[in-house]
Amino acid sequence: MSERDSPELPDFSVLKRLARDQLIYLLEQLPGKKDLFIEADLMSPLDRIANVSTLKQHEVDKLYKVEYKPVVSTSDQLCFLIRPRIQTVKWVCDVVNADKAAGKFKRYKIIFTPQKFYACETVLEEQGIFGDVSTDEWAFYLLPLDEDIINLELPEFFRDNFLEGDQRWVRTGGSALHLFHSIYGPFSKVYGIGRCSKMVYESWREQVKEGEQKARQAEVGTVFLIDRDVDFVTPLCSQVVYEGLVDDIFRIKCGCVEFGPDVTSSDKSIKVMLNSQDKVFNEIRNEHFSNVFGFLSQKARNLQTAYDKRRGMDIKQMKTFVSEELKGLKQEHRLLSLHIGASESMMKKKTKQDFQELLKTEHSLLEGFEIRECISFIEEHINRQVSMIESLRLLCLLSLTENGESNQFSNNLNSAWPCQSYGVDHLLTFANLKQLGLLVEQQPGETLTVMESKMGKLVNDKTAGKLTDAFSSLAKKSNFRALSRRLSLVPKSDEEYDLRVPRDMAYIFSGAYIPLSCKLIEQVLERDGWTGLEEVTRLLNGHEFAVTGSNGADLRPQSDAQRIILVMFLGGCTFSEISALRFLGRERGYKFIVLTTAITNSARLIEAMLDNHV
Amino acid sequence: MMKSKADEEDYWNSSKFKAFTFDDEDDEFTKKQEVEPQLPHRVFPASCFLFPAGISWSVRETASSLREQSFPKIDTTPSLPKNSSGYSLSSLFKGKEGEREMMDCAAVSLEKFRSLQEKLLLLDEAVGVHDGNVITAVLIYLKKSLSKEVLFRELESRQTALRHFIHYLTESKEQRLLLELYRALGRTEDEALLQYKEHLRITDENKRRDFLKSCVSLPFSPEDAGHVQDHYTLLERQIIIEATDRQAETGGKVEIFQKFPRRASILNMPLITTLYYCCFYHYAETEGTYSSPANIRQTFRIAEKQYFVTALAARAKLKAWHDVDALFTSRNWLGFTRKKSPLSFSRVADILSKNNAPVQVLQEYVGLVDDVELRVALAQKYKCHFIVISTYRDLKDRQLLLGYRGKVERGSEEERKIDELLSNPQIRWKN
Repeated sequence: MSERDSPELPDFSVLKRLARDQLIYLLEQLPGKKDLFIEADLMSPLDRIANVSTLKQHEVDKLYKVEYKPVVSTSDQLCFLIRPRIQTVKWVCDVVNADKAAGKFKRYKIIFTPQKFYACETVLEEQGIFGDVSTDEWAFYLLPLDEDIINLELPEFFRDNFLEGDQRWVRTGGSALHLFHSIYGPFSKVYGIGRCSKMVYESWREQVKEGEQKARQAEVGTVFLIDRDVDFVTPLCSQVVYEGLVDDIFRIKCGCVEFGPDVTSSDKSIKVMLNSQDKVFNEIRNEHFSNVFGFLSQKARNLQTAYDKRRGMDIKQMKTFVSEELKGLKQEHRLLSLHIGASESMMKKKTKQDFQELLKTEHSLLEGFEIRECISFIEEHINRQVSMIESLRLLCLLSLTENGESNQFSNNLNSAWPCQSYGVDHLLTFANLKQLGLLVEQQPGETLTVMESKMGKLVNDKTAGKLTDAFSSLAKKSNFRALSRRLSLVPKSDEEYDLRVPRDMAYIFSGAYIPLSCKLIEQVLERDGWTGLEEVTRLLNGHEFAVTGSNGADLRPQSDAQRIILVMFLGGCTFSEISALRFLGRERGYKFIVLTTAITNSARLIEAMLDNHV
Repeated sequence: MMKSKADEEDYWNSSKFKAFTFDDEDDEFTKKQEVEPQLPHRVFPASCFLFPAGISWSVRETASSLREQSFPKIDTTPSLPKNSSGYSLSSLFKGKEGEREMMDCAAVSLEKFRSLQEKLLLLDEAVGVHDGNVITAVLIYLKKSLSKEVLFRELESRQTALRHFIHYLTESKEQRLLLELYRALGRTEDEALLQYKEHLRITDENKRRDFLKSCVSLPFSPEDAGHVQDHYTLLERQIIIEATDRQAETGGKVEIFQKFPRRASILNMPLITTLYYCCFYHYAETEGTYSSPANIRQTFRIAEKQYFVTALAARAKLKAWHDVDALFTSRNWLGFTRKKSPLSFSRVADILSKNNAPVQVLQEYVGLVDDVELRVALAQKYKCHFIVISTYRDLKDRQLLLGYRGKVERGSEEERKIDELLSNPQIRWKN
């Protein structure tokens, strides 16, 4: 179906250089030798753009990971590279105050990234060290993870924004978009859906207004913004496309995965970068797992043939072979055995946990079929104390797909049994899941009256804030079933689905479900807006928009820049969604660039809701 | 791209802390550097940021009005009529000072806002620009400059600001103030949950138990109240069981603790883990003791199915097949015994096989699976040959039986059985 070649993606290496140059500039603001303390979750992102020798060149003496313990540094200059978190700043205050008490005089600098928050500076003030510590911002917003993935590496965006209702990252999102826009824009079309998307759009627009915009050829012309809470179902499903599965099982961190001894079949673990530079990985990352073995063994045979060419070579030919081909073959050999090892290990793990049955349950839930069996499967999962994350994930999936309607068990399912199996501490976790709308509790007949009395109160209380809140709690209904019908998200199950020759994005879930998020993107691009999707947006509680810029940007839909689409996921996206978009791009002649606040999956999503710790 | 850098490794070891490696320059994105990047207009954010109250904001020219607006503004407020509460938001601040200018870094000091009306307008403006950082900044100022009563009262009708405030208090661990806030707002369940959460900080089990006891009377939802009561009762029991068992273990007189030393203390474990523990170490105890499984089952109203799953797993782990058998055996009024299970026999077989039950035990339960197809599949999976054979016989399927003959060991009892059936003239084969 590929009607034409997809356009070329822009070069993102600029982003890394920019971030590195900024960091160097900031380090030079504290001249002389200094020790650098780095927040743990900033280490991998930093790793991607700078190395130890770069830092050493700029007089960083020793590097430490922030561990919330007293420091042993002897340097008289300390620099802290941290996220704007109150807890971390409090720790820095402790360090400074301990030095003061010991009569040591040092210079301190905090570099907040990607920005500082007022609340953090208040901590410095309250702890009496405001002025003793200089602060700066490292506007490191965009980390290119691959040629089509850019990550903000802000996993807390999800919880802060959607659970806590804290809009601290809205401007960050706007700034990230602004940075992208100023290098690869100007954009000519922006589509979006979700409350946060709207706010990020507005923040971006304000920032564009503030700065000057040079007229120039756009590299990326179309943008789609989407809130994670528009589609919770997709990230809660088990991933079965290779890259997603690797993430579910081994957890890819900042584009890098650590394969343990069971994969490497040695006694060591190795870290492997997973991106398009890995030729083997690049060919299987978007494949359904069932195709991967076949592909890898074919590849292994080809490799053998290439090696075998050596036989019967004369010395000269052999010399050329060794200097030109052998290195490449060896590299491929190594990658191949790694991915075969990973596939085997994943197979083993999945067989052990009855993956087939688990998938069957998920598919039934998506289809709305044999719900009773699904419920008893989940119940048993809980009773047998199988992984809590997995149980909660299935419970949420049940609640979202059934819209809280299959409720004869809900009271027991939604807290009693899980509390018995995993600890009463999780009452707080359940409160979070309910607050977020992942678990819907329904007392038949009562819900409406509660709503009505709430509304009644509102009529007297004329404040907009309260109305917003009441409506956002109304908005918690997921309407998945109706959406699924409208958008045909679940293909007819009686047809055979050939996973080797996918016919739609449903292949990423074994042909059982087209991810809602990606389907919306497809529809809006096809319709050039939300026209005709009124019922869908109503079911999604609105907040959709489609706007066109008018600053002389190229608006021809056929132009390359228009066919390169930046999709910004606010609250994270999964590798499966990225695979689905890549598929859509191939089918329709688009190229998608994914800009996400974090790479997520079901486990990360649920873990962000856990509250059984101090 | 594998990482191994001996030289840098040395460096790391010298810093005596857990080392991490950095990627080398041969990073995929840094290779092609010939393109001169077009910098965004503001590489280093102008000191466009909030300073604490009292320090003036750095001034920057605001020429935004000169530039053409290329993208339209969209309405980010909910699609509801705006409030008509009397005061106009813009009148006070328009073009002068306020939130929007705060963002634009005009010279503003929050301390200028002294009347309640001004403070509230400031807050509402902050909410209007959707910058959580600014909202929190204003809230911190209001917290310092307004009494709790007034602040709480005003926040009640400002949900967005309220949520920011709650999050700020949570992050800065101002528990007491947060509890007061919940109380003032009548959010009793949140208050109760927050208080209950405090138990996580208490490490001493007796203190924790006493604390949980004090939580029981908090205004939880009826459902949660039951859970918290259970939590308290459970910990109370665990403390007793733990003390007794630790003594028994160190005393060295109780066989089960010698044979299967406890791997961890039972304190603070979930209910089902506790039940499993008791089914493992205290199975035969009479209902009178705290640690008897029956007592636990009754006290915590554990569902039949859940009890069975747990007891089964525990006894199977111990290979106490007799107990397993007894668990499922019921007698009817005529004294006949039969196997009964609240969970499907296929599940029972699954649990047993995961605990390495021998075929003799497994086949008993596999044979009880009603669904013929499933029964055969399981029997094959667990190598319960006799079940497969008898099922094929019941199906009168000679062909399948013949086929299966090739799968059993030559000269085995199974083979003999198959031959015996195949030569039995009494069976009317269907094929």
